[in-house]
Amino acid sequence: MQTLGNFKLPNFFNYPPYFTLQPVRDTREKQVQLWKELILDYCRTQKIFVIALDEEFPLFSNPVIESIAGSLNHEARQAFLSALVSEGRAEWMHKGHRKCLILWHRIQDWADSIVQFVKDNGLEDTVMTVEEIRSGVESRGTELHGIDRTILMRALKLLENKGKLVIFKGSSADDEGIKFSL
Amino acid sequence: MGCTWCEISQLESLELYFSIHYNIDRQLRSNFTFHHCFDQIPQMSTRWLPAAQLTASGRPVFILGEVESSLLSGVDIEPDDQYPNLSPLKSGILILTTHRLIWISDSSSAFAIPLSAVTHIFSPKKSIKAMFASPRIRIQVLVSPQNGCLDEKGSKSMVITIVVRGKTDPEAFLGKLWEAWRGRAWETLKEESSSSTSTDEGSSRSGIRTRSAVVGVAGILRKEQEMWESTDKSLQDAFQDLNALMDKAKEMVMLAEKMRQKLLSGPSTQGTGTNDEEIGSKQEMQDWMLSVGIASPVTKESAGALYHQQLSRQLADFVKIPLEKAGGMISLIDIYCVFNRARGTELISPEDLLQACSIWEKIDVPVMLRKFDSGVMVIQNKSYSDEEVLARINALVLKPDSLRSGISASDAAMALGIAPAMAKEHLLTAESKGLLCRDISPDGFRFYVNLFGEILTEDIYLVKDYGTYGTWISAVLASR
Repeated sequence: MQTLGNFKLPNFFNYPPYFTLQPVRDTREKQVQLWKELILDYCRTQKIFVIALDEEFPLFSNPVIESIAGSLNHEARQAFLSALVSEGRAEWMHKGHRKCLILWHRIQDWADSIVQFVKDNGLEDTVMTVEEIRSGVESRGTELHGIDRTILMRALKLLENKGKLVIFKGSSADDEGIKFSL
Repeated sequence: MGCTWCEISQLESLELYFSIHYNIDRQLRSNFTFHHCFDQIPQMSTRWLPAAQLTASGRPVFILGEVESSLLSGVDIEPDDQYPNLSPLKSGILILTTHRLIWISDSSSAFAIPLSAVTHIFSPKKSIKAMFASPRIRIQVLVSPQNGCLDEKGSKSMVITIVVRGKTDPEAFLGKLWEAWRGRAWETLKEESSSSTSTDEGSSRSGIRTRSAVVGVAGILRKEQEMWESTDKSLQDAFQDLNALMDKAKEMVMLAEKMRQKLLSGPSTQGTGTNDEEIGSKQEMQDWMLSVGIASPVTKESAGALYHQQLSRQLADFVKIPLEKAGGMISLIDIYCVFNRARGTELISPEDLLQACSIWEKIDVPVMLRKFDSGVMVIQNKSYSDEEVLARINALVLKPDSLRSGISASDAAMALGIAPAMAKEHLLTAESKGLLCRDISPDGFRFYVNLFGEILTEDIYLVKDYGTYGTWISAVLASR
């Protein structure tokens, strides 16, 4: 079985038409579904949160396919990522549609993750910085470790709206503090 | 009271009638009164002209050397009042050729008046009545005395009136009718067969020559005479050359027709006697024959307003052979080339071709025009089905090589025996039906069998045991 890093690639990754945007509607729908699935799986296992359209993304090309149809063109990448966005599993980061935030966990799932993390570590009624949540000692070995900052903030804001915590400006200019009050 | 068909009195005809038709069935008997000639059944009272053969698309079948020259629409043909039992032919197309006047009705029956049976063409009447009525052309033809049926060897004559109710110009037609009648094209064959016998007689007579005076005034006059005669003769010879050329051309076309008939009727040779050369040259011959196909093209001059309709019918006839050669489907561009080549002169424009094809919808012909999504237009038999080609493509695309690297339009063209442009259309059709998937690379389009149907989104690693997906995987692995 082929791998990309430590990610197991499915057989159809070597099927040349997989890398050409199919014009026939039913075929295209199936192709899009398979790409969505593959992108989410890959990002989850490799902890990738952002895909930039202009940059090389290893999943989007297959060196094994010699005819060099083995690389998704710009239009195809747009199509698959837009499909993810429509499904709510991704978001365009700004109007230009150049960078895509991949939500292989939905924001709600991340929020639940944070709540679980707080409970597991007995951090209720304490204060932490955002950075500590991401890269602190407690976060090691959890999903939260290395989480994209934008996503983390969104999850925290969601929890703030539910009254589970409060976000406030911290001592240093670029780090905010969180007071949990689950 | 006499026979309704001829003047023979009742008594006579009854006897004859019963003596010949003793056993004729009751229904027939009740249908007519006392005619003694077996062929003359009243239902046949329309059959006073010989029938003319039509092709499958409603065009007349021409005899050897017959060339169409003009066409009128909305024509009635009325027989003489002398023969009240003959019913007129109503509302058809009248085609003038070098040999006949052919009348074709809408309901695809056709009759012909051989020009050899015409004894006189009347000048059009100039009267006030004639100005307001539909134009009429009157001709006198030879008929059989018993029943008024047209007969080249008949002893009586009858006047036939051709009533022109359509919009086409009868004067031009009349002019051409005179030309054709005077041309006596039907006699050349007879001439040729009879001239061969007369030359034998002539050569024996030419032995003796009389000596003529070469001195004095008589001599000068003689010389003048001779010079005049020799000029006349060389002029004649020159025209002979032209005639000879035209005859040769006619011969060539006849030869081509004969060979074409031979090739068409000869089945693919079986048995051990054939060698490859023979077959190869036969193929060449066939190709060459195709380009010498049409001896009597429909032209704007000959058909006028009905040009497109007649062209459409001629095209439908012509297209049968190239269609078969090309496997049931041929592109419009190819037909344009081949058809024009066969016509030789009087080429048709692309618009004419397109219009002729679109008329096919309205008339009953076995071919049709088809436009693909990509815009490519083809001609195909109405009986043609995509299914067969799609099945062959399916088989092709499941071969190990095709599984590994797909097929291009030229691969398909070679395997299916059709033109690459047609092959591409078929591949695109197969793709739109979900049979194939495309792969675009700098080399161009390649098509693979569609595997997407077999892959599950819920489990992207699953490979079913007996599917094409599995076969594909094995084929790909085998090449590594």
